[in-house]
Amino acid sequence: MALSKQDIEYVAKLARIKLTSKESEELTEQLSVCLDYFEMINAIDTSNIEPTSQANNLVNVTREDVVNENMSVDDVLKNAPEHFEGFIRIPKVID
Amino acid sequence: MMDTNIDLTLSALKHIHNMTESVYTSKQLIDKTIKNLHLQDSKLNAYITILDEYAFERSIAMDEKINRGEELPLAGVPIAVKDMLAFKGYPTTAGSRTLENFIPTFNSTVVEKLINAGAVIIGKTSCDEFAMGSSNEHAFTGPVHNPWNLDCVPGGSSGGSAATVAARGVPLSVGTDTGGSIRQPASFNGIYGLKPTYGRVSRYGVVAFASSLEQVGPMAYNIHDLALLLSVIAGHDPKDSTTLNEVVPDYHTSLDQGIKGMKIAVPDNIYDGANKIMQSKINAALEIFKNNGAEITEGISIPSWESALPAYYLIAPSEASANLSRYDGFRYGQSSVEYSDLWQRLENTRGLGFGKEVKRRILLGTYALSAGYYDQYYKKALKLRTMIKNDFKKIFNDYDFIMTPTTPAPAFKIGERITNPLEMYMSDYYTLPINIAGNPAISIPCGFIDDLPVGLQIIGKDLEEQKLLQCAAVYEKETTWNQEIPSF
Repeated sequence: MALSKQDIEYVAKLARIKLTSKESEELTEQLSVCLDYFEMINAIDTSNIEPTSQANNLVNVTREDVVNENMSVDDVLKNAPEHFEGFIRIPKVID
Repeated sequence: MMDTNIDLTLSALKHIHNMTESVYTSKQLIDKTIKNLHLQDSKLNAYITILDEYAFERSIAMDEKINRGEELPLAGVPIAVKDMLAFKGYPTTAGSRTLENFIPTFNSTVVEKLINAGAVIIGKTSCDEFAMGSSNEHAFTGPVHNPWNLDCVPGGSSGGSAATVAARGVPLSVGTDTGGSIRQPASFNGIYGLKPTYGRVSRYGVVAFASSLEQVGPMAYNIHDLALLLSVIAGHDPKDSTTLNEVVPDYHTSLDQGIKGMKIAVPDNIYDGANKIMQSKINAALEIFKNNGAEITEGISIPSWESALPAYYLIAPSEASANLSRYDGFRYGQSSVEYSDLWQRLENTRGLGFGKEVKRRILLGTYALSAGYYDQYYKKALKLRTMIKNDFKKIFNDYDFIMTPTTPAPAFKIGERITNPLEMYMSDYYTLPINIAGNPAISIPCGFIDDLPVGLQIIGKDLEEQKLLQCAAVYEKETTWNQEIPSF
């Protein structure tokens, strides 16, 4: 298999997703099957090919730096699980 | 006229005509549509939210506009919108438990355009969570059922938008297509679905999945309706810097120009792995185009096609892993209450909020982007993308269209592929390369296999949606597939 359970747990850590042990096992197997299939791309010679990251050729689309209509802070905070005096509240970041 | 006499199988254009002529009002149409939708949805589960009250009030307002003689392209017409598009003040979930209680504070540009055009948004349709899936089994509200066979999937990810149109719940819907998510469900449900050129339609306010691939597009059971809806939603948007600043034609007013002298390329090896009957369905369609003056060349080689599936399933998950990092449960969305510190809260929140397929793709993408694998997987996929784009460009130097089946086979059974991701991904074999290249493509209904609809995919040059629609209109004139209605 292309991946071990440890690989999956490491990647889950990077992605900040908690997995159950059963999920880790399932994902190890399923993603290994995918990566095994993807092996076919190694046989394709791309040494002289430039990468394309976007489908059209637009580059550096800018706009004037002007103030536009904004969302109301009260409305935005309605979606926040915790807020306090107009700010979103989160657990302490730095000890 | 009594509202019970309103025929819900009419096209949007016919409804517009009838409302303008005061045969019935938008309120009567919406009233009947909503009653019908609730009945249908007990079997289809195509909606995450049906907007009864909003739609009633809106229809009354639209009747006033119609009576005043205001000319709005979609005045009073019911439309369903995939739950990936933000609609201010109403739940927008993207099919995810994470966003179950999320109320947008702004409209997506497409929703704004629909409102300005007078449409009545009647509900938000189900989709695979964050549009990741090919079966619409991955919504937190459960699977959507195919109206042609309730045991089958409607396809995905825009499965709800496709099923409700096929069932004649609404004449129009909006979907999103990242790797086939409009075209594949359109094909599975026997309706039209169009993925516009990358940059043709604004994605502002659309929940982001894979930003270099996805487009918003129209779905309908009548080609003139489809064209009309595209005219309404297409165009440059300063709020989406990837949109193209190009004139939007009136697609629906110039559909009857035919396809005389146009050149169609049919790739070789396209039926490998497809249902055995598929080839005869496609050949029958090609015959019609030939009889209408098109030139058909078979056996065109597109060597990079095979690499599109791995390239797609490296690029899309990589972009998804970055896009979905925003779901931290701090600013909006579901949040875990069990934690000892910030990091644990993040991990618990995302572990609980995301479903299986979303976790699969985030992890696949994170892996492809991680140190040591970036060149081998992600960068390699971007180079394959260049090869795919070049192959398409070369063919479109000589041809107007490429034609393929939309899917290898008709709709599969619910549950059949859910534990086998690779097999599920294969159902997008024909549609994925088009998102990678950025071209426009349409799926049109071209017959039935085992009483389930199948579709023909027509791929066009960048910004030549007009020609795709003309080509589809030629076919619609000579066939009746789009008039078949499922009973369920």
